[in-house]
Amino acid sequence: MTIGLVHYLVVAAILFTMGVLGIFLNRKNLIVILMAIELILLAVNINLVAFSAFLNDLVGQVFAMFVLTVAAGESAIGLAILVIYFRGRGTIAVDDVNRMKG
Amino acid sequence: MIQALAFYLFAFVVVLSGAMTIASRNPVHSVMWLILAFFNAAGLMILVGAEFIAMLLVIVYVGAVAVLFLFVVMMLDIDFTEMRAGVARYFGIGLALAVALAAEVMIAVGAWSTGPIQLARRAAPISDTVPNIQAIGNLLYTRYLFVFEVAGLVLLVAMIGAIVLTHRQRGGVKTQNISRQNARRPQDATRNTSPVVGQGVEL
Repeated sequence: MTIGLVHYLVVAAILFTMGVLGIFLNRKNLIVILMAIELILLAVNINLVAFSAFLNDLVGQVFAMFVLTVAAGESAIGLAILVIYFRGRGTIAVDDVNRMKG
Repeated sequence: MIQALAFYLFAFVVVLSGAMTIASRNPVHSVMWLILAFFNAAGLMILVGAEFIAMLLVIVYVGAVAVLFLFVVMMLDIDFTEMRAGVARYFGIGLALAVALAAEVMIAVGAWSTGPIQLARRAAPISDTVPNIQAIGNLLYTRYLFVFEVAGLVLLVAMIGAIVLTHRQRGGVKTQNISRQNARRPQDATRNTSPVVGQGVEL
């Protein structure tokens, strides 16, 4: 019973799908949507690292680091937008976001 | 054997905590499950020998991003009960789409794994003698130096953007103005008057 690349790919696929499902389920809660995006990026990172390890090429891990960087910046900006949106509206329901329409 | 056991343990917990992240009623619990998911993903990455990324995941995600989430969740005064209103309505279509997506990805993985793929050449082969962190450092500071600096720039821009977005000058708040206090002279603040007896002074 040896663990191969496909095992990792399946775990990452399930995690990715869960992130997409989370975006669909929590349509009103922007914070959980951001968390679901983090789950998706985590699945991408698992994929990159698994390919890097099993194909014996280190570049995947370097790029996983860059994905991590972008994910950190994205969540910081997303939460900042969430905070100012809540300040203006008093709610974070995203199903009636029409404030940013220019 | 122990590796397979560890893999299945980490994989099970990461999938479970991912599910609980999106299904939890309370966003604070969601953040906690997210932290658990990140820890177990780090365990998965350690199993294949990517220690640096695993440590980075724990430090960056658990140490910074998850705390940021927790901070925002607790700072905003949100009525979370009405947030769950749409779940039942969107559950069917969301589940259908998720199952379709999962099936597509599984088919893609299956098609990929039918024949073993050997790379003709590798950009940076993993060496057995050089430790993981050292190898990544060698690669990162030579070949990917500019990409690395651009990543730093992305973080800088994100930091400035977050500060610019959330910073505000609140009106009606009494604060100390030190330079004004220091610039105040005795002759501006005091006045000698010689009022007539019985008339008082007007200030």
